[in-house]
Amino acid sequence: MSKQSYDSKWLMGLYRRMVLIRQFEDRVKYLFLEGIMPGTIHQSQGQEACGVGVCAALEHDDVITTTHRPHGDCIAKGLDVGDMMAELFGKSTGCCKGKGGSMHMGDLSKGVVPAVAIVGGGLPLTTGMALAFKMRKEKRVAVGFMGDGATNEGAFHEAVNMAAIWDLPALFVVQNNLYGASTPVKMVVKTPNISDRAAAYGIPGVTIDGNDVLAVFETAKEAVSRARAGKGPTLIELLTYRITGHSRRDPCLYQPEEERKQALVNEPIGRFAKVLLARGAADQKALDAVLEDVKAEVEAAVTKAMADPEPLPEDTLKDMFV
Amino acid sequence: MSERRLGIVEALKEGIVEEMRRDPRVFLIGEDIGIPGGWGGAFTVTLGLEKEFGERMVNTPISEAGLMGAALGAAIMGMRPIADVQYADFLFCAMDQVANQVAKMRYMSGGKLEVPMVMRAPVGVTGRGAQHAQMMEPYFVPLPGIKIVCPATAYDAKGLLKAAVRDGNPVLMFEHKLLYGSKGARAETGTVDASSDIPDGDYTVPIGKGVIRRQGTDVTIIANLLMMHRAMHAAEALEKEGISAEVIDPRSLVPFDWDLVKESVAKTGRVVTVEESPRRGGLGAEIAATLAEEMIDFLVAPVKRVAAPDTPAPFSPPMEKFYVPDAVRIAQAARDLMAIS
Repeated sequence: MSKQSYDSKWLMGLYRRMVLIRQFEDRVKYLFLEGIMPGTIHQSQGQEACGVGVCAALEHDDVITTTHRPHGDCIAKGLDVGDMMAELFGKSTGCCKGKGGSMHMGDLSKGVVPAVAIVGGGLPLTTGMALAFKMRKEKRVAVGFMGDGATNEGAFHEAVNMAAIWDLPALFVVQNNLYGASTPVKMVVKTPNISDRAAAYGIPGVTIDGNDVLAVFETAKEAVSRARAGKGPTLIELLTYRITGHSRRDPCLYQPEEERKQALVNEPIGRFAKVLLARGAADQKALDAVLEDVKAEVEAAVTKAMADPEPLPEDTLKDMFV
Repeated sequence: MSERRLGIVEALKEGIVEEMRRDPRVFLIGEDIGIPGGWGGAFTVTLGLEKEFGERMVNTPISEAGLMGAALGAAIMGMRPIADVQYADFLFCAMDQVANQVAKMRYMSGGKLEVPMVMRAPVGVTGRGAQHAQMMEPYFVPLPGIKIVCPATAYDAKGLLKAAVRDGNPVLMFEHKLLYGSKGARAETGTVDASSDIPDGDYTVPIGKGVIRRQGTDVTIIANLLMMHRAMHAAEALEKEGISAEVIDPRSLVPFDWDLVKESVAKTGRVVTVEESPRRGGLGAEIAATLAEEMIDFLVAPVKRVAAPDTPAPFSPPMEKFYVPDAVRIAQAARDLMAIS
C-alpha cells in the first residue's frame, strides 16, 4: 500500500473517475439487458483502477490505444460520458458520430485513438505514435492498453520489439483479468508472469496489483518518466479481475465461485474507499455524495443520448476520404 | 523546360526526395532501407537516400504488421509516412493492420481522423513462384478506405507518388518488378522499358484519373502495369490487320475512372480487360458487371476478360509464360470480339 502523501482533492478525483466508470458500465449493462441499446458490449467492471491509475500519470496530450473493452480506459483518459453514451446508442452526436460504437470508442482530441477491437491490433499504432513523438522530439508518451490475451498475438511481439529497439516513449500496459474470453491465462502462457516477457525485448517488465489505484499510478508514473527521458518503453502487467461477463449475457460459468467471491472483496473501488477513509481524505458522506453526483451525470447522459437524433441512413456514405 | 529520361526506380526516388525536402513530416519506414552499403529496399528505390535523410529513414525489423501499424500511428499523429514492403505478397503478414486499422480508422472515428500514409508494394509474376510474385490488387480493390494506384510509366510513378504523399488518405501503390528498371544486382530479367521523359519542375498525376495510351475506334482494351505495355503491343499488331484498338490505362484502381472507360465504350462498343491476376473475382469482372448495368445499350459484344488462370503463380518459365497474358492472347481476344457483329 502506498505510503506517499497526496492531495485529498486529487485522490477524490481518482475515486470519482473510478466510480464514474462503474456506474457508466452498470447502467449500460442494464440498458443492454433491457434491449434498449443496440450492438454488443465488453465491459470493464472490476478493472477501473487500471485505466484510472495509468491515465492519472499522463498529460492531456499523451495518447492511448485501447481495446474491444474500451469504456473504462476512455473515461479514464477524459472522454465525456455523454459523447460515449450517444455513441453507444448509435446517435449522430456520438464521439464517432455513430460509426464506431462500443468497440471503436475514442476521441483523439482527448488522446484516445478510436479503440482497436482486434486483439493486439492497437499495439503497432502505439509504437508508431511514440515514433512520431520521438522523431519530432516531443515529450509526449503513447500508452498501449491490452488484455492478457493480446500478449499471445504476433502484433504484440512486433510492436513491443520495435518500441524497444528504438527506445520509444511508450508504455505497454496489460490488464491481466486472468481470462482471455473464457480461457484461463495459465492455460495459454507458460511464464509465471506476463511481464517476464519484457526480458525478451530487453525492457523493464513489472507485475503489480492492478486493483490498487495508487500502486498503478506510481508504477505508471515511473514508466512515464522513463519514457519521457528517452529511456524507452516499459511492460506493465496489472493483475485485476473482470467482475462482469466477457460480453453481454456471459454468465461466467468458467470462473470458480470462490474466485469470484474473493474478487468482489478485492474490487478496486471498495478498496480505494477504505484507503480514502483511512487517510482522512474523505468521510463516508463525501463518498456517498460522489456516488450520487456520478449517478446523476450518467443518467443525464442516458436521457440526452436517447433524445439525440439518429444519423441519416445515407450518412453511411460519409467520412470515407478526406 | 528541360526533360530527362528516367526509369521508374529513378523517378520514384526523385519523387520521394522532392517530397521529403518539401515537407519535414514525410519519412520512410520499411525493411532494408537506409543501411549504408545495403540495397535501398528490395529494388533500390531508396538507395543512397540515407546520406541526406538518415533519421527520416526508419529501418524496421522484419515485421510487416508492426511497420504498417507504426506508419498508421505516426500518420494519425500528423506525420506523412511512406511505408514499403519488399514484396507485395508480404502484405498478407500486415493484413490486419492494413485492412482493419489503416483502411477503417478514419471511418470508425466518424471522419475526425486523417490517415495520410503511402504504402508501396512491388507486384509482378516474375520468376519467383507463388509467394514472391503474385498480383495483390484483387485483394485490396474491394476494401473500402484505401486508394490504389498502379503506375505503368516512370512519369506516372513519380506523379502518383507525389500525389499520394500529399493526399490525406491511405494510398497503396503497386509497382511492377518488370517495369522498375532496377540496375546492378537488383536488376530483373524480362524487364520492360517503362522509362519516361521527366520534366524538371514539380508535377503530380491526379489519383483517380486514367489515361488513354492509344486512341482507337473498334475495341477498348483496359490494362494496367505490365499488361498495359502488352496491350500496346497487341494494339500495334491489330492495327496491321485493320483493327483500331483504344488502350486505356486506369492508373488508379480506387477511385476508378469510370467516365474515361464509359466514354471509350460508347465509341467502340467492345471491351477487352486484361489482368495478370486470376480471373475469378478480378477487376475484369467488376468492369464487365458495371458495363452490363450501365452501358448495355452501347455494347455490341460481350466483355472479354483476358486473365491469369485461377491458380497460384507457378515457377517454371514455360508455366509462367502460360500463366501471364501476353500480346498474342490480348490481340486474339480483340479479334474474337470483332468477329461477333
